[in-house]
Amino acid sequence: MSTITAEARLSSRSVARASSAVRRRRYLNRLGTAVLSVALVVWSLAPIYNMVLISLEPEGDVFTDHIWPRVPSVESFWGVLTQGHWYLEHFWRQFANSLFIGAMVTFFALLLGSLTSFAIGRMRVRHGWLVSNAALLTYVIPASFLAIPFYRIMQNYGLANNPWSVIAALVSFATPYAIFVFQEYGRSIPIEVDESARIDGASPPQIYLKIYLPLMAPALVAVGTYALLLAWNEYLYQFLLLSSKSSMTVPVALAQFLSSDQSPWNYMMATAIIYAIPPVVIYYAFRRRMAAGLTMGGVKG
Amino acid sequence: MLLGSELTWTLAFVVPYVVVFIAFVVYPVARGLWMARDPSLYRALLADPLYARTVVNTALYVGLGVNVKMFLALLLSGFFMRRRWWIRALLPVFMLPWALPSIPAFVSFHWMLIGEEGLVDRLLWVLFALPGPLWFNNRWLALAWNVVAAVWKWLPFWTLTFLAGRMAIPRDVYEAADVDGAGGARRFVHIVVPLLANLYLVCTLLDTLWTVGDFTTVSLVSEGAPAYSTNVLATLGFQYAFDAAQPALGVAAVMTALPVLVPVTVLLMRALHLRQVQL
Repeated sequence: MSTITAEARLSSRSVARASSAVRRRRYLNRLGTAVLSVALVVWSLAPIYNMVLISLEPEGDVFTDHIWPRVPSVESFWGVLTQGHWYLEHFWRQFANSLFIGAMVTFFALLLGSLTSFAIGRMRVRHGWLVSNAALLTYVIPASFLAIPFYRIMQNYGLANNPWSVIAALVSFATPYAIFVFQEYGRSIPIEVDESARIDGASPPQIYLKIYLPLMAPALVAVGTYALLLAWNEYLYQFLLLSSKSSMTVPVALAQFLSSDQSPWNYMMATAIIYAIPPVVIYYAFRRRMAAGLTMGGVKG
Repeated sequence: MLLGSELTWTLAFVVPYVVVFIAFVVYPVARGLWMARDPSLYRALLADPLYARTVVNTALYVGLGVNVKMFLALLLSGFFMRRRWWIRALLPVFMLPWALPSIPAFVSFHWMLIGEEGLVDRLLWVLFALPGPLWFNNRWLALAWNVVAAVWKWLPFWTLTFLAGRMAIPRDVYEAADVDGAGGARRFVHIVVPLLANLYLVCTLLDTLWTVGDFTTVSLVSEGAPAYSTNVLATLGFQYAFDAAQPALGVAAVMTALPVLVPVTVLLMRALHLRQVQL
């Protein structure tokens, strides 16, 4: 009897000790999570805060010793939107150039990628895999390493200072990824769908347009978003191939601010923020579908 | 007859891309190799102290950048697996650097570090009354900030990739580990590491290819400063070609990365083939 109570007392004491250890560990765990979360927010937002801070400074008051805007002013944003500074006299033209290049890269990457993957995956071309593997070889030599010969070739083709030269470069860089994702995704669509359409007398273009493309819609959205963001992120080829003020894109114009010590930094940062808004909006709008597309090939296997 | 028209259609579908591939990928590669064929170019490179320094910088930039990025991404993906609402709310904020276009982001990095007027030095002064250094006057500090900027920009992407990889691990594997009493660290070592090993390898190799070719980060964050001492191969090649008007030397400089790029690609292809077996 007494041994049982002793045992019971002993075990209840060790349970209490164990539970206080658990509680302490849980507390430390929570504290660690909170600290890490705050650190991640600061880390992610610091350069963005810096952009906002400088853009809100009135002109001539950019470099001072405070770390928040003392007299916030949206003058610089207004200046960008109305092209109110000689650095920005072609802003809307340049923004339109960026949009045009982004739209064309997206369109042609989707078109070429889907046509190729349709032919390889659905029409069962012999040795079709050769095409898709060769396409992936595009990524062996980084695009930046080919900038010099590419520049030369574009001059030969008579495409210097022409947006189509940038579009050609970016499309040839985005399409192999498009083919890869489309083929991985296409495996989930049974080939019998195509076969029954063919028996009903549909021609390959009809199958492509009416069956393949609609079924591929999620992959098209994912790759389209990828291609658009690729074009919006690209700098080297645009910088190299577009030199006149009316043909250049916003990133090139932004880098031009850096070439002088007397540039209006608040206008530069306002331009940077305005340029950054469209991809951020697009990214958050298509976030879920894009993540699905990115992981489709790479992770699930 | 039917077969013939099928074949025509197939060709019509494949030819546009093949033409683009030959005109804008094969031809530039061939032309680049042709431009860089002269052995005397490589002697000139070896004789240039700027080139030797650039090779060291590239090795550091890639070696440090890729590995720090991958390791942090692997750890953070575990953090984002937790099911508290505020960790879920944190993920979109954490993804912002990736959604933001690189050029504005790196221009901002440059201005954060511009000396005592930059935000970093201002913060050091306001918070700790420390006079911050002139970051771009010191080769190692400038190089370190290039690495930090690259990690900042691409960490979210790789974290998301590993997060997807972790989510693909069946839940009952975790539950079995729970039953066996395996805690966080042991679960990490015995479940996450072996199951994600191949994905980790694929991502490391891919990011190595991308980072070797990265021009934007260095050209906008440190701009090669001080005195071209933080150049990487991509920016050095560009400078040879367009600032020094020696395009062949520029192509030769970047082509010296091929002995690294080709084995990395071969490894990557093999790891991609293993993928099906692994997960």
